[in-house]
Amino acid sequence: MFRDAVLVAAKDLRIEARSRVAASQVLPFGFLVLIVFAFALDADRTGLAGVAAGLFWVAVVFSAVLAVQRSFAVEAGGGGDALRLSGLDGGGIFLGKAAAIAVQLLALEAVLGLATVVLYGVDVRAAGVLLATGLLATTGIAAAGTVYGVLAMGHRVRDTLLPLLALPVLAPVVLAAARSTEAALGVTTAGGGPWLRLLAVFAAVYLAVGLVAFGPLLEEA
Amino acid sequence: MSAPAPALPSPAPTRARRGPTPIRVLGLATVAALAATTWLALVASPADVNQRDAVRLLYLHVPTAWLAMYLSFAVTTLASALYLWPRTRSRFWDITAGASAEIGIVFIGLTLAIGSIWGRTTWGVWWTWDARLTSTAVLFVTYLGYLAVRRIPSDTEVRSRRAAVVALVAFVNVPLVHKSVEWWRGLHQPASILDERRLLDPQITGLMAATLLVAVVAFTLLYAWLLVHRFRLGWLEQRAEDEGLALALAERRAEASAADASPTPLGVGPEPSAS
Amino acid sequence: MAAPSAHQVPGRVVALHQVVCLLGRFPALAGADLVVDAGEVVHLEGPNGAGKSTLLRLCAGLVGVSSGRAEVLGCDLAADRRAVRRRVGFLGHASGLYDELSVADNVRFAARAARAPAGSDERALARLGLGGRLARLGVARLSAGQRRRAALAAVVARQPELWLLDEPHAGLDAAGRDLLDELVAEAAAAGATVLFASHELDRAAGVATRRVRVAGGRVAGSPGTGPAATVPSATVPAATVPDATVPAATVPAATVPDATVPAATVPDATVPAATVPAATTRPTPAAATPVGSTPGRVEERLRVP
Repeated sequence: MFRDAVLVAAKDLRIEARSRVAASQVLPFGFLVLIVFAFALDADRTGLAGVAAGLFWVAVVFSAVLAVQRSFAVEAGGGGDALRLSGLDGGGIFLGKAAAIAVQLLALEAVLGLATVVLYGVDVRAAGVLLATGLLATTGIAAAGTVYGVLAMGHRVRDTLLPLLALPVLAPVVLAAARSTEAALGVTTAGGGPWLRLLAVFAAVYLAVGLVAFGPLLEEA
Repeated sequence: MSAPAPALPSPAPTRARRGPTPIRVLGLATVAALAATTWLALVASPADVNQRDAVRLLYLHVPTAWLAMYLSFAVTTLASALYLWPRTRSRFWDITAGASAEIGIVFIGLTLAIGSIWGRTTWGVWWTWDARLTSTAVLFVTYLGYLAVRRIPSDTEVRSRRAAVVALVAFVNVPLVHKSVEWWRGLHQPASILDERRLLDPQITGLMAATLLVAVVAFTLLYAWLLVHRFRLGWLEQRAEDEGLALALAERRAEASAADASPTPLGVGPEPSAS
Repeated sequence: MAAPSAHQVPGRVVALHQVVCLLGRFPALAGADLVVDAGEVVHLEGPNGAGKSTLLRLCAGLVGVSSGRAEVLGCDLAADRRAVRRRVGFLGHASGLYDELSVADNVRFAARAARAPAGSDERALARLGLGGRLARLGVARLSAGQRRRAALAAVVARQPELWLLDEPHAGLDAAGRDLLDELVAEAAAAGATVLFASHELDRAAGVATRRVRVAGGRVAGSPGTGPAATVPSATVPAATVPDATVPAATVPAATVPDATVPAATVPDATVPAATVPAATTRPTPAAATPVGSTPGRVEERLRVP
């Protein structure tokens, strides 16, 4: 199964390297979200630094939905059967796709994080917590996103269906990640501990769900 | 060789319209219980000291909340699991899951609306971001997604399986959402006026408790009755589809005879006049 | 009555019995029967919309079985159709390739996914004339014919036990078509089984060991090509049912319609009778007849729907 996962992840990342859609479209989108928030929240009066953590994660989650859509859109070319015909193990495909999405998201977060620090003026206090939050949250987002991505795949309504399905599921992640990030930024005095635990549970749950359900769901696409 | 449209088996029309006797009994019981609830809630039970008559909304709010969040979605989840489990796989569970979710969505909407009105009349706010309300709102949207998946134009088997998976994942999501929101609101000590625990569970004794119980029973009966009828609707839809399939199979096979009747060396498609 | 299971007859690659395949509401296959042994090259022919593509996709495990029994390479498709995919190579109408990747990357992915031996992708690319500059080109930049070659290379690189080709000649130039025929012959000689659908009857006859007609979602008896007409004696015990079969063996192709039409109206009750004797006579000729000998088996496999 892991061999298959590596094969699929490598394939997806190679596609991204060639087409550069995530870099040239999804990343700027995340950037735009941050900027539009500044407009909407009237950057002068409101303390943007106070809400920066939340806004960052909103931008990440919205961009993640796009990244997932892209990941499954590449499967639709050439008749949509390439993945099924390959004969790879369902769990392996799931891990591979989720891993590729996670890698892209981590790169996205790094850049958007820098942008947030610059645009919203925050200081990073506990880098360790920040890193842990990023890794755990990304794993959860990638896993959940991949599960819903395959659900929505292949339908004409997939582009509108995916956000509707994915966002309620990702709401706890946004919540926990934002709170944890706030702790790391020193905005609140509360610790990030329980939130990190929640992120870990979420990631574990959705990895398990994906391993079990992805194979059968891919068949139905 | 087109077969005539198959005649649907027809029980006596009145029975087909209103359903067999136990269902009608259920319906009557529901009406009776709801009537009792209405009387008790609006007339017999006392008004609350603080909230006065607004507390009567409690009798509507609590049952709908119980129905929506626990009963109907529990049924949906259970039915979805049974549908996916190979040994108990049957269209019965799929239709039940969908029916229960539809009813659940309606009641969740009612819960939120009534809660909102109650909040407005009592505390002057339409909404607060407390744990329960927020979790409920997320649950609402989650199951809207489930219903959206059920509507995707697709092969029935495929659609049912996907919907069942979505229902199970939604179920998994509920505790995650709930826990996270609870922790979140735990950080913000609620203002004493808006302490929802104090207001939602006022001193309920005596007649008020009895009324509440009757209300819950009445709404449960209502749920059961709605479920049965929505289920029957789905079941009949399914039967109509199946009979269409038999027809389609027959027509498809007829293509073979028509094609064989006049093959050309290059195998042109069946005649337009294929019977 | 149960169809003979693939487990009971070694070497049986495809065993379909009254398979119904639904695409949405539409019964693309409405009770198809087909038996294919290892090493055969079977040509599926029939009118447009007959269900040939669906039959091939079924054998690739891409569509589900609504009713009936379907076994491919020993795997029960109704139970788990994923298991078979690693061992088949499917060439459909769509390319089945990733447009953003290069030809070489695509073929390598397909080969690795099928756990084919290392280097098989290189060899396949070379064989199909896609080496060098072409291999590094993104699939989106290729012409339709080149894309077909690339998809074919992916199939070849997987070294599958069962080849499923849906109108493989379409889009290829003359050299490509000859190459395809060579590849099919080589595969069959190496022990693989090939099922292909094609409207090019002449070219197909040159490479196929058997021709099967598909119409109306079912597999009908095929009259076969000319030489097939000379095997009446082997046929008579095999298909005891209607007299229609005897004339089919001896009458030239032009009058085939008459033979087939009554056959189509034979009630289902006679199917078992036709199947049983056929089953007993089948293994012997299958074992005795090497790949490439056309005539005899066409008549024996005549199964009246």
